[in-house]
Amino acid sequence: MSKKIVQIENVGQTFATKKGKFTALRDINLDIHEGESVSLIGHSGCGKSTLLNLIAGLTLPSSGVMLCDGREIAGPGPERAVVFQNHSLLPWLTCFDNVYLAVERVFSAKEGKAKLKARTREALALVGLSHAESKYPHEISGGMKQRVGIARALSMQPRILLMDEPFGALDALTRANLQDELMKILAATRATMVMVTHDVDEAVLLSDRVVMLTNGPAATIGEVLEVKLARPRDRLALAHEPMFGDCRAAIMEFLYQKQLRVAA
Amino acid sequence: MSAAAMTNQAGDAGKVTDAARPVGAKPAAAGTPVMTAAPAPTGSGGGERLLAALQAVLRAVMPPVAGLALLIGLWHLATLNGGGIPSPAKTWDAAVVLFSDPFYREGPNDQGIGWNVLASLQRVGIGFSIAALVGIPAGFLLGRFAILSRMLNPIISLLRPVSPLAWLPIGLLVFQRADPAATWTIFICSIWPMVLNTAQGVTRVPQDYLNVARVLKLSEWKVFTRILFPAVLPYMLTGIRLSIGTAWLVIVAAEMLTGGVGIGFWVWDEWNNLKVEHIIIAIFVIGTVGLALEQALMLLARRFNYEGR
Repeated sequence: MSKKIVQIENVGQTFATKKGKFTALRDINLDIHEGESVSLIGHSGCGKSTLLNLIAGLTLPSSGVMLCDGREIAGPGPERAVVFQNHSLLPWLTCFDNVYLAVERVFSAKEGKAKLKARTREALALVGLSHAESKYPHEISGGMKQRVGIARALSMQPRILLMDEPFGALDALTRANLQDELMKILAATRATMVMVTHDVDEAVLLSDRVVMLTNGPAATIGEVLEVKLARPRDRLALAHEPMFGDCRAAIMEFLYQKQLRVAA
Repeated sequence: MSAAAMTNQAGDAGKVTDAARPVGAKPAAAGTPVMTAAPAPTGSGGGERLLAALQAVLRAVMPPVAGLALLIGLWHLATLNGGGIPSPAKTWDAAVVLFSDPFYREGPNDQGIGWNVLASLQRVGIGFSIAALVGIPAGFLLGRFAILSRMLNPIISLLRPVSPLAWLPIGLLVFQRADPAATWTIFICSIWPMVLNTAQGVTRVPQDYLNVARVLKLSEWKVFTRILFPAVLPYMLTGIRLSIGTAWLVIVAAEMLTGGVGIGFWVWDEWNNLKVEHIIIAIFVIGTVGLALEQALMLLARRFNYEGR
């Protein structure tokens, strides 16, 4: 396949707690290629968000090497944009200003104000929120907030889009809607994406590969499933597609048989 | 700023229609659906709405007015048999005379009540402003650097419960004059809430917002102006409100001790003149000014409260 954007080699993560050292992740080996969509799935507490935070650079690994474009990940940066689970929009800024803050940071060195504003509008238009640009986060619905979060991340033209259960807090209908839109956006922008999810259908629908993590503590990658469904994918057609069912079944088998949570 | 003000107005308008809806909905339930399908703004509908608005105002105004009437009634009963406390009527008469010329000046010790209130407000304003200039940045530093907070918190905890009046002699000693000494006590009493609330606000800035700043790699200045300051502002305003309240409490006592022009000294002066009705008037004036300060700051705080909306 194409170029590797992120390389994770023998990465482990331990945290110092009051009861001593806690190993969250061990022996993680994963490459993420340009243009692919990867899901991280596993039971809650298995460290999938920890792994995402490591890629984002929000935390640094205790052992092993993490590279982005061949360079060591030493901290967060706008080339690895994060869509946070709870949108994390700044409540005192309008939707426009929330996105503009990101655009300004990344492009203001080279571009004038008019171009920056155009970029912001473009990003909001991409998620279908042009009409809400002057609204404040508290004035829009949860789904719209998450879209602004996605617009903010995409506006930076990141090398890779990192999403931490982006649709977890939304109702099923809104979630389906946003999944469809995300697929369109990813196809249009050819962005690379890593997404943490605990939703099996979401993982199959959106991903080229599903990375399944074993139960924590000391979680590691259990299996990697390639989802070879053709794109663009249509959720209604997929419901009758045998391969979709097979993928689902494989993940479910991993989660509920091999990694059944004992007294969670 | 103006955009938020406009959205607030829109919100208020929404409330009004919500309040009016049940009234309009009644005939809909009783009448035919055809009637309700054409909501022509008839005269009776407008009148009904006006009546509803009037009722709402009455419902809001009646209880406090009744409470005030009760207070004055009890006061009147208590003073029926004479005694040192003047009756409400006598106090009212004195108030009419007093407020007919609040800004007269006959020498440094005989000035209108307006001048006295303004003099007190000025002292509070100066002492409070200096306290804000010192206390808010100090609060940011304490909240940002744990080592500073561990260093200074014991000292603050020790000094905070001390009545600011205990600091008055120090002020007199240092400044050698009464007026700056009174301002100094105001400074001391208003600085603690601002330091502590600002510091608390800084430590409570949600990690998510700071993560956004980290991912965007915002400059320190941007982090401060776009994230830290707006996030801390509600806490800061709480500190400011507590400070102003305390300052207004303390100024009366401080002025009683230092003399000069000011509402506190005026109360003491009227006590020496045995004009008890003036003291009662002063109590109402002090209360009204305190209430106004509090309400103004509450209004300001509501304007900057993002989470609650």
